[in-house]
Amino acid sequence: MALLEVTNLGISFGGLQAVSGLDLSIEPRRLYGLIGPNGAGKTTVFNMLTGMYAPGEGTIRLDGVDITGKNPAFICKEGIARTFQNIRLFQDMSVLDNVKVGMHNRVEYNMWHGIFRDRTYREKEAQMEERSMELLRVFGIDQRAQLKASQLPYGEQRKLEICRALASEPKLLLLDEPAAGMNPNETMELRETVRKVRDDFGIAILLIEHDMKFVMGICEELTVLEYGRAIAHGDPETVCNDPRVITAYLGGDDD
Amino acid sequence: MEKKGKMKKTTKTTLTTFGFVAVFWAVIEILTVSGHLSSKLNGLLIPVCAYMIMAISLNLVVGFLGELSLGHAAFMSAGAFAGIFFYTTAGAELPVYVSVPVSFLIGGLAAGILGVIVGVPVLRLSGDYLAIVTLASGEILKNVLCALYIGKDSEGIHMSLKDQFSLGMAPDGKMLMKGAMGITGIKKFANFSVGVVLIVITLIFVLNLMNSRAGRAITAIRDDEIAARAAGLDLTRYKMIAFVSAAVFAGFAGVLYALNYSALVADKFDYNLSINVLVMVVLGGMGNILGGMIAAIILTILPELLRGFSQYRMFIYSIVLIVMMLFNQAPAFVSWRQRLMARIRPKAAGKQDGKEEQ
Repeated sequence: MALLEVTNLGISFGGLQAVSGLDLSIEPRRLYGLIGPNGAGKTTVFNMLTGMYAPGEGTIRLDGVDITGKNPAFICKEGIARTFQNIRLFQDMSVLDNVKVGMHNRVEYNMWHGIFRDRTYREKEAQMEERSMELLRVFGIDQRAQLKASQLPYGEQRKLEICRALASEPKLLLLDEPAAGMNPNETMELRETVRKVRDDFGIAILLIEHDMKFVMGICEELTVLEYGRAIAHGDPETVCNDPRVITAYLGGDDD
Repeated sequence: MEKKGKMKKTTKTTLTTFGFVAVFWAVIEILTVSGHLSSKLNGLLIPVCAYMIMAISLNLVVGFLGELSLGHAAFMSAGAFAGIFFYTTAGAELPVYVSVPVSFLIGGLAAGILGVIVGVPVLRLSGDYLAIVTLASGEILKNVLCALYIGKDSEGIHMSLKDQFSLGMAPDGKMLMKGAMGITGIKKFANFSVGVVLIVITLIFVLNLMNSRAGRAITAIRDDEIAARAAGLDLTRYKMIAFVSAAVFAGFAGVLYALNYSALVADKFDYNLSINVLVMVVLGGMGNILGGMIAAIILTILPELLRGFSQYRMFIYSIVLIVMMLFNQAPAFVSWRQRLMARIRPKAAGKQDGKEEQ
């Protein structure tokens, strides 16, 4: 059974049908790409998958659980985590605390434990600290743990965002244009990182990307969106040669 | 290494903050014992403590949660009236060591309830709504309290929002609350040590909260609401925790403040007071608890010290405000201050660095 099962997903804002009739099926441990021109509705799909928007129609099932229209906290606990197109870190918090916030629903204790600093507090905090440092080490930014998130260079901010998402122990990780604004070197490094995340953590990754080369080099399965509809689906090779995809990306005659 | 460095950093802030309170307490005690404290300053001690608690608690909302509250005085007022109402009625027959703590609890509870009432509808929204609603609720509470008459006679408790005579009390009746005159004839209970203990309790609560899971959630919401939602945080819940905790401590501050006087009037807790507390927080640096406390002390004592300047008082007060702001924030001042510190205590600075490295 597929990890993520999306059927006939649709949403409209006023008169604009942003996404309609979208089907997605993502297997565990799959590197899946969602591509398409600007305004095709890719980020809208992410927002529906993470509960930021409630879909107008269709269903989303994660690992057999219906998460359609559930709130983001519920979906996060069920196992979807995401990053954002324009990095959204907790800028004034330390790198370490950013990751700890990601762990919010995995290591829990109520506020009174924190206020009285009892044993539960100390144990859970130690546990969080250890796991956060482990995660940071995977991405090679553990030396920066005490810096403010805003003090990191761009590439490391991207890594930290992925780190924070992974801290919630997701089954499916959504990456929204992870290579945006990166130079070729950073992009290459990112490709390795994404693959490493998939292999080390054994999770499925769904990523949105503009950079076709990046997508082709890394994704095992693709869906192409245009005007909110899926126009092609398959392995990168097939999709790349699909005439509709070429038209969508390069423009074509309206016949 | 990393871990130790971090522990030291937060512990250092905590220690400095508590150390400051200890020094503040010691200095005042020494001055009192040696008889160097003027009666004018002596009368200001409890208000200073109350304002310090107000500044610390408002910092939770403004500094850490990042929401603007323009009605912190309302919670102080709710706490003061609820606590003092108990203190002058049921508490009057109890010994002081029972009635005072219970008054504090009742005051904190009342302010907390008001916090929930204001917070539940508003904190679901994001944006400037909280500022508007807190501003309005502060004025509403003040006006209602100003018009509230409560009396007690052999038949029980009478209440009216009109005037004293519409209470229709029996001749043996006693007024408990006289509208704009408020509650009078309070048996004063002014104890500086109680104020300091309350400050310490507030500090323990706020500092420990901010260094825990709930506190991180609160700062995360301030930094990026969308990312916080995506990370699975329940925004309303954590906003409520910050807002209601701040209200409860403002309630404590209100009781402390009111116990210092023989009469309590609602007019005292107006818009100006809310803004004053906000100025303390902003001046001390948002999210900087120690700074807020220092600003609270200066801004409470300063207007009294400036009384000698009669009509130039507010003029000088505002100049001092501007200078303090520049001193804290302006880049040129900040670098000048750092150079000065380096020249004054090069050894101390070096020692501290050495300590951190170990």
